[in-house]
Formats: sequence, C-alpha cells, structure tokens
Amino acid sequence: MSERTADVLVSTLSRTFFVPEREAGLRAAIGSLFHRKTRAVPAVDAISFEIKPGEIVGFLGPNGAGKTTTLKMLSGLLYPTSGEARVFGHIPSRRERDFLSGITLVMGNRSQLQWDLPALDSFELNRAIYRLRQDDFIAMRDELIELLEVADIVRKPVRNLSLGERMKVEMVGSLLHRPRVLFLDEPTLGLDVTMQKRVRSFIGEYNRRYGATVLLTSHYMADVVALCRRVIVIHHGRVLFDGDLAALSDRFAAYKTINVTLADVSAPLETYGEVMERDGYRAKLRVARAEVSRIAARLLSEQQVSDLTIEEPPIEDVIELVFAHEATA
Amino acid sequence: MTLSAPVRGQPSPLRAMIDFYLTMMRTAIQTQFQYRAATYMYLLGMVAEPVIYLVVWTTIARTHGGQVAGITAGGFAAYYIVWTLVRNVNIVFTPYGWEWRIREGQLSGQLLRPLHPIHYDIAEFAGGKVIWVLLYLPIAIGLTLVFKPTFDLTPLGLVVFFPAIVGAYLIRTMNLWLLGMVTFWTTRGSAIFETYIMAELLLSGRLVPLQLMPGWVQAIANWLPFKWTFFFPIEVLVGHPSSASLLIGLGMQVFWTAVGAGLVWLLWRASVRHYTAVGN
Repeated sequence: MSERTADVLVSTLSRTFFVPEREAGLRAAIGSLFHRKTRAVPAVDAISFEIKPGEIVGFLGPNGAGKTTTLKMLSGLLYPTSGEARVFGHIPSRRERDFLSGITLVMGNRSQLQWDLPALDSFELNRAIYRLRQDDFIAMRDELIELLEVADIVRKPVRNLSLGERMKVEMVGSLLHRPRVLFLDEPTLGLDVTMQKRVRSFIGEYNRRYGATVLLTSHYMADVVALCRRVIVIHHGRVLFDGDLAALSDRFAAYKTINVTLADVSAPLETYGEVMERDGYRAKLRVARAEVSRIAARLLSEQQVSDLTIEEPPIEDVIELVFAHEATA
Repeated sequence: MTLSAPVRGQPSPLRAMIDFYLTMMRTAIQTQFQYRAATYMYLLGMVAEPVIYLVVWTTIARTHGGQVAGITAGGFAAYYIVWTLVRNVNIVFTPYGWEWRIREGQLSGQLLRPLHPIHYDIAEFAGGKVIWVLLYLPIAIGLTLVFKPTFDLTPLGLVVFFPAIVGAYLIRTMNLWLLGMVTFWTTRGSAIFETYIMAELLLSGRLVPLQLMPGWVQAIANWLPFKWTFFFPIEVLVGHPSSASLLIGLGMQVFWTAVGAGLVWLLWRASVRHYTAVGN
C-alpha cells in the first residue's frame, strides 16, 4: 500500500528505553556510583502496520505492551529508536506545524485544559494556538458542545468537573482544530457505563461526520466492539494479530459457547461438551469450534430444547487466549 | 463530509503570534484572579529579600556619614524599591519547574501543539506579571512612606524603563530555559540552577548595587548577561545614566537575548530527542 492510501504508515518501528537498575540497599547504591548498570527495555519491537483514511482501529494489549509508546511515537512525542512512521505523509518526530495541526492525542488520564478556568477559556486559547478563523472556531466549538451535550458545564472551572465531564470537555478541546487523525489512549478510563457509552458514540459520530482516522486503545472491550472492525493486538512490543475483530475469535478461540434451555431439569449434558454453568433449566456449554454444528444438532434431536443460541466467546477471553498463545509460541 | 485538511484561518504568522500572546496573557491574568489572596501572600514573601537588603544598607549608610560608595540612604531605598519591581518582572519558569514538567510528563501537552513551548512560558508569565505588578504598587507606596527613597525620575528614564525590564525578562527566560533543558539529560538539573543563582547574586546587582563591588567584578559583570537583568533596568530609573549608557544597555540586552534565543534553538533540537514523556 502506498503512502497516498494510508493515513498511518508504520514500518519496523522500534523504541528501546535504557533503564538504570541496581539491587536494593546502601551497598548497591554506593556501588552504582562507580559502576552504573542500565538495562535495555524494548518497549516497541519492530512493529509494522498501516491504517487507511477513515478507519477506526483498536490497539489492544495488556499494560506495558507498548501501546502508549507507539501512540507517543505516532504523535511526535517520542523519537523512535529505529524504523519509520508516517502520519498523513509527515514524519511525526519532526513535529511540523501542519502535522501537529492535523492530529490529536487524547489520554484518559491527562488533561490539557486550564485547570482553574472554565473550559470555554481553554477553547479560546486553542483557537489562537491553532490559528483558527473565528467563525470556523465558533461553528466547530458549538457543534462539538452539542454533540457531547456539555453546554451546561463549559462555563464551570475545569477543576470542579467530574471525571466524565472533564473527559467530554477534553474531547471538545482536542477536536476544535478538526484533526484528521485521532490517537485515543484509554478515552473512557474511569468513566461510568453511561459516560463510556456517550464518549464511545461521540467518537463514532466524529469519525462518520468528518471521515477522521482513529487509533484507539482501551481496556474496555465494549469500546472496541462498538467502534472497531479492525484490531491490532500487541504484546511485549510486538504485533500478534492485525485483522478483523471477528477473525480474531476464529483464529485464537478454539471453542464457542452454546446456551441452551431444556424442558428437563435433569437432562445429562456432559456428553455434549464442557458444562460451564447450569442453573435449573438453563445451561452454558463450551464446545470445540469445529464441533458446534454437530453438537447443536445432537442437542436438538436428543433433548427437549426450548431455546438454543450459539455465541462467540467474550472478546476479553479471546484476547487472553491471544496472549497465552504468544507465551507458548 | 470528510476532512481534506485541518481547518485553519489565514492570518499572517506575526498576527497569529500576537493573537496567541494576547490570548495566553488574558488566560494567565484570569488564572491569577482565581488565586488573588495566594498571589498576594507570595508577593509579600518575595518582598522580604529586598527589605532585608534595604534595612541593612540604609543602616550602614546612616552610620557612615549618610552614604556608602556615593549612595545615600534614600538612594538605597530607591534602588531596592525599584529592585522589587524589576524582580517581579524578571521571575521566569525555573529549572525546578522543568524537573516537575519533565518528570510528570507535563511537557507532552505543549509538544502536541503547533507552537514552540517557549512561547507558552513567555506569554503565561508575562500575563501573570500584570497582576503581580498591580498588586505590588500598594506595597511600593508603603515602602516609599517608610524608607523615604530619593527618586529623581527623568522622562527618558521612564520611557526606557519599560523596554529595559522587558529585556531583563527575556534574558532571564532564555538563561533559565537553557538551564532547564539540562533536565532532558539528568533528572536533577536544578542543581546547576543554584550555581547560576550564586553568580547572579554577585554579578547582577541583585545582592548589592554593583557600585559596591570591586572594580574587577564590575568589569566582569559588564561582559556577562546578569547585570542586564537587574542592575541595568534599576539604574535606568534611579541612576541617571547618560543616553549613551542607555543605548549600550539596551544593545547589550538585545545581544544577550539573541545569544540566549540562538542557544535555546540549538539545544532544544538536541534535547527534545531525549524526552521520554514519562508519567503521561
């Protein structure tokens, strides 16, 4: 794929941190004065991927997998140790004005707003920083305020807002310059379920309305399922999977779940698969993926079945399986 | 609707920069208004340093027949009252602040924006000073009533004073940015700041008016940036310098600001590569 068709292009990108380390205690502390030891920690190890304009891609992995380091390299905060990154044709580490005016990085645990002032004042500052025309700025600001339903809180000092309210006004501030590429690092971190849904639907709406490209990390799989058709799974700095979310289950989850409701509470089920749960007439069975059709047919023919559904395993379980697969590979 | 390019206006770079500076200064003033009482407490604490110098030197002057090295008690009072005003204006972001913003990853927010981070510091502190100077005025009146300074202001001195304190502010900003950027390499860059402060105390007129220092110290001070951040702007207002001295002083301020800005530009490019955005 050429640069013209990819908004984000990452090629064998690596970042290694050199971390000083020593044993605990005074003796080791004195020793470190004369002989300082450092350890090379490869946070990101030769990853490659591309993201097309307008795509929303989930970037998944456990803590320390290298997700945030990658986002920081793509947004120009960190210099790569080796490899190449390009974001709509720009090399991020050069931090050119056109590049910085076309991206945003939102971190769920960090505010870029003026803490003591109403968010409206921070928005006005962003207008000046991004050199927005007054009419463009006001139109975009009001549109975002309406989309996120924050009209009643943008006049309060940011320090007086709840976590969820702060994240919503943070979103408004980060998108006033209408970035074409969004790097979102845990944007729903710490929010309650209602607020998570609101932020999630806003990201989807922004993507649809402006055709923006989104790379999203989240530990809430509901975010990923709702927004991302494609996921990139990273662990120990390396890409383990890059493809459709649906394909993730096919590749890594060797089983599916059959939920069945029976007329006979004592019907034996052990011969059909692993009984994960049994609650009166209802039961949940784990069945090998290749056997699902046959087992479902057997259940229907051999038992008095009131209801039967077949489900993919929860995405959280699939991700765990991906990591387990990597550990044993 | 899809995005072909980020939406931006077309103001000239200069107009855009002026707009940013004015907006950032307004923001800083509003922030200062949020903490009026705290700001006043800081200011009162800051006045302690010049008042101690003032009491010591006016006492010495009185016990030495009314003056020391040609400076009268009233002259010392005028020097340190203006000193406090200059000090208010030349306070800038310190290497201690740098340690905090690098350790906590606070620099990330500024690095993500299409503007060199030094502009935020210059504009934000400049805005804050509007409030600090306004709050200092009643204190200055009080000090004037107590210590009876000898002011002999000239129209030229008053006109030159404003660019002179702006020059002092810019030189100190560049100097402390250079020291602050050491934090990209070592987590305790502020240790160097202590050495800087020692040199500044002796060579800037901060501890004592430079006339009281040995001749060779004064000669060295002429060729270093420190004098132009304290002694020169104070002397503009209280020392009756000649027009030529004023021109030389302003010229030296432009020179040291330019040298500092050039070094900041060079060092920044090398330093920012070491930023690890920890804590964020």
